[in-house]
Amino acid sequence: MRPSGNHPSAPIDNRLTDDWPSSDLIGSDRSGLPPAGDEGDVEAVLAVLQEVPDPEVPVVSVVELGIVRDIDWVDGRLAVSVTPTYSGCPATEVIEQHIHEALVAAGYSDPLIQRRLSPAWTTDWLTETGREKLRAYGIAPPVGSASKRSLTGQPDPVVPCPLCGSNATERVSEFGSTACKALYRCRDCLEPFDYFKCL
Amino acid sequence: MQNISHQSAAHRSSAQKNTAQKTQTPLIDYLLRLGDNALILGQRHAQLCGKAPALEEELALMNVGLDLFGQARNWLGYVSELMASELMADKIDADHLAFRRDAQDFRNLLLVEQPNGDFADIMGRQFLFDAWHVHLLEGLTHANDPRIAEVAAKSLKEATYHLRRSSEWVIRLGDGTEESHARMQRALDNLWQFTGELLQIDEIDQAMLEAGIAPDPDTLATRWKVTVEEVLEEATLSRPAYDAWMYTGGKVGHHTEHLGFLLAEMQYLPRAYPDATVW
Repeated sequence: MRPSGNHPSAPIDNRLTDDWPSSDLIGSDRSGLPPAGDEGDVEAVLAVLQEVPDPEVPVVSVVELGIVRDIDWVDGRLAVSVTPTYSGCPATEVIEQHIHEALVAAGYSDPLIQRRLSPAWTTDWLTETGREKLRAYGIAPPVGSASKRSLTGQPDPVVPCPLCGSNATERVSEFGSTACKALYRCRDCLEPFDYFKCL
Repeated sequence: MQNISHQSAAHRSSAQKNTAQKTQTPLIDYLLRLGDNALILGQRHAQLCGKAPALEEELALMNVGLDLFGQARNWLGYVSELMASELMADKIDADHLAFRRDAQDFRNLLLVEQPNGDFADIMGRQFLFDAWHVHLLEGLTHANDPRIAEVAAKSLKEATYHLRRSSEWVIRLGDGTEESHARMQRALDNLWQFTGELLQIDEIDQAMLEAGIAPDPDTLATRWKVTVEEVLEEATLSRPAYDAWMYTGGKVGHHTEHLGFLLAEMQYLPRAYPDATVW
């Protein structure tokens, strides 16, 4: 179930650097799986997590969203590290609970779900498959890679309309229906849409 | 905004002074300042739920508030762990800190507790805070306490985006119509008297600076001033004087009367139903 594409995008890589805003480092190599544990076991756990949707954007899984940061075994007990998208994401506890339930249902007894803050989540960890699913769902995926520039909006990115593909779009508000999105409007098809902003 | 009580911050009796501080380490006190700033400003946003001037701004205000609550939870969560390990106070979790403390135990800046007023007051308060918060958090990402550094790094991304939004609003209102300009200038003039505290250094800040946690105060002050001046100039607003008379006291628990009303609303439910486990 590992997504594939131009960007090797298994979302777990302990070598990711925290040197924000050096986006070139953050996006450099995302193909590594954690060294600990058995490779087959990690794949099996990933397959389970691939079926756990994000509760607020259910079209992508927690794996595609890039919030599953580590899979390991501690004294024979499965330990999954999850990072919140935003500090105040109200879905954080629900996501951890859903992951726990899915793993128990798949036969893993008493899995340990750990919350990890560092390195801070970035939209660069959204997988290619995840980005395509967002677009098909009507949410424009992040344009470019995360950096301080992308946050301060210099310059504003051109965000293609996910519905008609036009580049003639404009930002209506810095925030959309959730903290991770901004509200845009297409000047050609006139539809409003959410943009999953670069973080 | 104009009838701020002048008996508020500066003229309290010494008997009330800092009772809580004796039971706290400088690190705990410093973290309470960070957590309480986020919590109280977040609550000011929550009070706007259903009342914003436009749907888009409603969404934005609530999301900024949510970011701040998340940051407060991260800071206060660390405080509760330190209280358990260093003060043997193992029953005080982040919720307890938010809902069971009284006004004099809060360590937030006077700026963030000021009432919502009109939209210019709201965005002016946010901008003056964001311009400071971003540079403070940037400094804290280099703290030699890894827990502080990682919470700061997470918060910094959010605060940077908040500053972008509040700057745009200050510019749009300042450089807008005659009325929006007048309101933005009035809000700025009113809020300015609470900004002295942003740059004020006391013994807690000094201790944290020496411990390698707090960033250099002179650099922080310079960066705050540069950001404020750039935005106010583009907004065609005139900047009040840096050496104007300033209220201080929030950082040591001497608050304006507005905080008590905010806490009464925010803390009502948990205090009325202290045994509730499900909300």
